[in-house]
Amino acid sequence: MGVKVVNTAVENQYHFEVVRWFTVAAIVYFVVGTSIGVYIASELAFPFLNFDIAEITFGRLRPLHTNAVIFAFGGCTLMATAYYSVQRTCGVPLWSNKLAWFTFIGWNLIIVSAVITLPLGMTQGKEYAELEWPIDLLIAVVWLAYSFNFIMTVGKRKTPHIYVSNWFFMGMMVMITYLHVVNSLAIPVSLFKSYSVFSGVQDAMIQWWWGHNAVGFYLTAGFLGIMYYFVPKQANRPVYSYRLSVLHFWSLMFGYVWLGAHHLQYTALPDWTGSLGAAISMAMIIPSWGGAINGMMTLSGAWDKLRTDYILRFMIASLAFYAMSTFEGPIMATKTVNALSHYTDWTVGHVHSGALGWVAMVSSGALYHLITRLWKTEMYSTKLVGLHFWAATIGTVVYITAMWVSGIMQGLMWRSYDEFGSLSYTFVESVAAMHPFYAMRAAGGLIFVSGAVIMLYNTIMTISSAKNRVVDHELAHA
Amino acid sequence: MSENQNNLQSKIERSSISLLVLLMVVLSIGGLVEIVPLFYLTDTMEHSKFPEIVWQRKAGQTLASWKTGDGVRPYTALELAGRAVYIREGCYLCHAQMIRPFRDEKDRYGHYSLASESMYDHPFQWGSKRTGPDLARVGKKYSNDWHIRHLNAPRSVVPESVMPNYPWLQKATLKEDTVTATMSAMRKIGVPYVDADIEGAAKEVHGKTELDAVVAYLQILGTMAKIDDSVNYRE
Repeated sequence: MGVKVVNTAVENQYHFEVVRWFTVAAIVYFVVGTSIGVYIASELAFPFLNFDIAEITFGRLRPLHTNAVIFAFGGCTLMATAYYSVQRTCGVPLWSNKLAWFTFIGWNLIIVSAVITLPLGMTQGKEYAELEWPIDLLIAVVWLAYSFNFIMTVGKRKTPHIYVSNWFFMGMMVMITYLHVVNSLAIPVSLFKSYSVFSGVQDAMIQWWWGHNAVGFYLTAGFLGIMYYFVPKQANRPVYSYRLSVLHFWSLMFGYVWLGAHHLQYTALPDWTGSLGAAISMAMIIPSWGGAINGMMTLSGAWDKLRTDYILRFMIASLAFYAMSTFEGPIMATKTVNALSHYTDWTVGHVHSGALGWVAMVSSGALYHLITRLWKTEMYSTKLVGLHFWAATIGTVVYITAMWVSGIMQGLMWRSYDEFGSLSYTFVESVAAMHPFYAMRAAGGLIFVSGAVIMLYNTIMTISSAKNRVVDHELAHA
Repeated sequence: MSENQNNLQSKIERSSISLLVLLMVVLSIGGLVEIVPLFYLTDTMEHSKFPEIVWQRKAGQTLASWKTGDGVRPYTALELAGRAVYIREGCYLCHAQMIRPFRDEKDRYGHYSLASESMYDHPFQWGSKRTGPDLARVGKKYSNDWHIRHLNAPRSVVPESVMPNYPWLQKATLKEDTVTATMSAMRKIGVPYVDADIEGAAKEVHGKTELDAVVAYLQILGTMAKIDDSVNYRE
């Protein structure tokens, strides 16, 4: 990949410093968040690792893991890439640089608050929405600042048409606002304790409207926005099909919202709600694959680039995992399959095939691309990018495979009857059977984390050597 | 690609306000359809057809008047304190409280869970994972003594367990103010406590530990309603 000649006069018109800070923060949180994941996975395989210390028990750390990977890593990635790509696609600087810096400080303040409060057990007790009410308020303010800045920048654009990646970012911003506000409604009892205003079945539906749409809009729509900018940029080719992007965008926006009910099949949620969720979940295969196809086929006529360009490999591999996960998910959403999979490790495996295979890998590709552009340099070591790619892929596959086997195994053990019509296994026998797979999953996670560490090392080396080279590209290429 | 600049998509793409407004409309539909009816459709809660599932409190009765089988009632002060610990420790991350209408779940856990049974749970505790067994009807299945040993050191009673030890629960005394404030807050959001219930809270939890509270909470789970096996509660 050749070094681009950069026109410094043009570059100076954009606000990229905040993007640089978000980029580095994202990579740091990547290592932190996934490391916590490996630790809690190890606790399940080897419970002594809880060490009788309340703050590091599985129950206290699991929300820290999910918040760190989704909001710290995912959030900083979304902010870095959104702020960068909106400026580049609209041909204008951010509407407000100050507001962008406010979101950097605010978002990191939220993350620090999470690191302090979650291990202390200060939790609202709703998945991916555990942070207590004062932090929820800060999240609302920062999220609105991020969204407002983005949309105002789009409003100022030089191009008449809004580019597709920006539609996806905007969809994410609107939906997350709705979700966060409604699902976080709680009555405070003290400074760090509050209780959901909803209860029972209504609370369950609202929680999973949030929970699934956090995946659908934050982790999917937002990262599709990333894909639509960074894949064509890295491949140096236009997006495969405009028409496909329009069709799959609107069907995703409309359809994804309904999926939450598939988390509650055969529970006390009414049948009609679960059926709606299942039917639309199956329908969602089409718009999801539309996105995967559109991204992958952007390489049409240029597949040979994959032989040498590891950043592109990350992006295309992530789309393969995306296609796989968005097929697996709808299958698991049907009542029949869900009857087996619900409550098992299969759900965890599915989550991680999306989180590691799609989200983390498309992020890695985009972040590497950002580093090369923001510091105007090649990566310190392309070999290490390659090594990261293999660690990520292998780690993900080991993780998912472990969970497929353990999940389906426990589901089958729970429903197994012997020839006398009694249950074949006690519950604890299924727990004992899980052990080797818990260990295997921790190993897969460790391989994945080592890739993240390699990325952090490579990034630090790249940035420090880029700073040491005083090169004005305008002069060098004069 | 259509060159028609007057089609709807083209118009939306050239106006950030239009895109924003259309997104706001489109994105609200699914949630409204799936959530709002749950508050209004009477057969969402089984007790609209089978009122005996829920405790019909008479005037002047406090929670102390309730007997097993009277029906679903709000949690007592001690149980509520126990539930708060359950949430704090993240127990819901490994234990579900939602039995499904399957034969194997009936044999292992008991009657499938009714929506009415969790109507006072702010937030709901249905869970999404069974690393450990479902607790929806764990009430009165094990002795208090078993629960105390199990919470302090799970592997002392279940060697294959992967649950952490919780030895700090027995060392922590409950804070009376917190429990009282919690019950008042619950009442504000619709849980039917009467004044006497809240006034009696401090005395009920005085000197009790978090371990006492968690055991009280676990021992009530799934036992409040008298569920008739011959009745078809859901469609």
